Amino acid sequence: MQWEVVVGLEVHTQLLTQSKLFSGASTTFGGMPNSQACAVDLALPGVLPVLNRGVVELAVKFGLAIDARINSPSIFARKNYFYPDLPKGYQISQFELPIVEGGHIKIKTGKSNEENEKIINITRAHLEEDAGKSLHEDFHGMTGIDLNRAGTPLLEIVSEPDMRSSSEAVAFAKTIHTLVRWLGISDGNMEEGSFRCDANVSIRRLGDEKLGTRREIKNLNSFRFLQQAIEAEVEFQKYTLETGGEIKQATVLFDSDKRETQVMRTKEDAHDYRYFPDPDLLPLIISPDWIEEIRASMVEPPDLCFSRFIDSKIDSNSKATYALSKYDASMLTADIDIANYFEKVVEIIGRKEAKLCANWVIGEVAARLNQDNKNIKASPVSPKQLAELILRICDGTISGKTAKDVFSTMWDGENHASADEIIKTKGLKQISNSDEITKLVDMILIDNPQQVADFCRGKEKAFNSLVGQVMKATKGKANPAQVNDILKERLNKKGQE
Amino acid sequence: MAVTLEDVKRVANLARIEISNDEAHTTLDQITGIFSLIEQMELVDTSTVIPMSHAQGVEQRLRKDEVTEIDQHELFQSQAPKTEAKLYLVPKVIE
Repeated sequence: MQWEVVVGLEVHTQLLTQSKLFSGASTTFGGMPNSQACAVDLALPGVLPVLNRGVVELAVKFGLAIDARINSPSIFARKNYFYPDLPKGYQISQFELPIVEGGHIKIKTGKSNEENEKIINITRAHLEEDAGKSLHEDFHGMTGIDLNRAGTPLLEIVSEPDMRSSSEAVAFAKTIHTLVRWLGISDGNMEEGSFRCDANVSIRRLGDEKLGTRREIKNLNSFRFLQQAIEAEVEFQKYTLETGGEIKQATVLFDSDKRETQVMRTKEDAHDYRYFPDPDLLPLIISPDWIEEIRASMVEPPDLCFSRFIDSKIDSNSKATYALSKYDASMLTADIDIANYFEKVVEIIGRKEAKLCANWVIGEVAARLNQDNKNIKASPVSPKQLAELILRICDGTISGKTAKDVFSTMWDGENHASADEIIKTKGLKQISNSDEITKLVDMILIDNPQQVADFCRGKEKAFNSLVGQVMKATKGKANPAQVNDILKERLNKKGQE
Repeated sequence: MAVTLEDVKRVANLARIEISNDEAHTTLDQITGIFSLIEQMELVDTSTVIPMSHAQGVEQRLRKDEVTEIDQHELFQSQAPKTEAKLYLVPKVIE
């Protein structure tokens, strides 16, 4: 039987603020337990929440970036449940009138050469506070509670059930991940729990209108687990339905070792959150002026940056275009810091060499960053240094191959030497003097009569061997294009003799 | 809407309030009374009225995003029944 997979995602992303959603305690990760939990976070009697302006601005930025409606008034609600790492007995969240409603993002599916675009609609994005952390290790049969995380601002982004496979779900999560980092509203750090997903999964017969019963997989903190969990869940639902069973609505957890989903609770014992507007908080009013102020402070969104990178139009009034391939553009716009680095390099060299710059950033720079596990912001080679190096390839001072050695020296060196300094001290300047190269070629031809004879009999391979000899004699410093030309010319002469 | 004794016990359980059977009955009577008041109010046509969340129409005050709190865990934990390694200790709860 043909089944169609239907997935909707909820993404919880921690907003990048100094202080908490409703208190002035620090949100820095990794502090001593409870050192960042103040009276409001502990829910001591008599305290009142005061909303963080910075949080509102970050949420509005997200809303504007996905073309959503910003609700004003927006209302905070209490979501009631009992757990020791939630000292108030309720989480302040939003139910009716969330700060962001509607909107959509574009995801790319399929391989880069046959890429498809798909619009995924966003239902809403609301603000809520995170809970504390329970440590169930043995404290004499008791549980240890660390409330540093309690009250940390989260933006919960809820999608429509628009995805039709695990890979679309992963593409959506990755696009949101790139977007929130790009906008500077979250660090998206998955190891620290700043970005986690819940997936609502159901299946239906291909062609059916009505959605099947869904089960929700909670707390997926990596793209790999998201993919595996959805695949495991789909297998379970297919098997259940094909063997005459019935899917019961439930919340499940993914066991990554066993690669299966396990029921956490069913609909019967589902939480009854008893949402109601929080009387401690008044309606949040976001004026049109404030929204425009926030809009003006925003960076160019990643999809527009991508379109600009592949565009070839030159318009002095708008931002630079580079006529890059889609592949290059998507690599460069995977992260705003990479895009900025690339643009700084091209700014120095000129857009005519944009493709060469892209190759270096995607190639050499990315490879070394990956190897050293570094972010491009921490690159030991600055955009200016890289630009100066690429300029020396463009003007023929060094070959592309030598440039890689210079780059390596630059990367490993501690004194931030410029390309010119390295070329000079290492004597790497390319030999582009044609008299000098001609002299060398003639010498090589005299020393290798066998190869010359082979070439004259039509053995093309002999030519490469001769080029190799010339390059070897100059320690790779001869301009390879010139060597090719001169060698060809001399050999042709010999052939005619 | 009729409230049942079961509803009262369920809500009490969700709120972690221990009530006796007698208390549950008394509470049921009180809640039923409140619900009949609400039913009476629901007869008023409010379809054109925008819900009001505050009598004076004031809006949410905002604070600047800055850290204003200092680490006072020692003071706070001096009030806690049990702590260890800077953690608050509570009876073991596994969901």
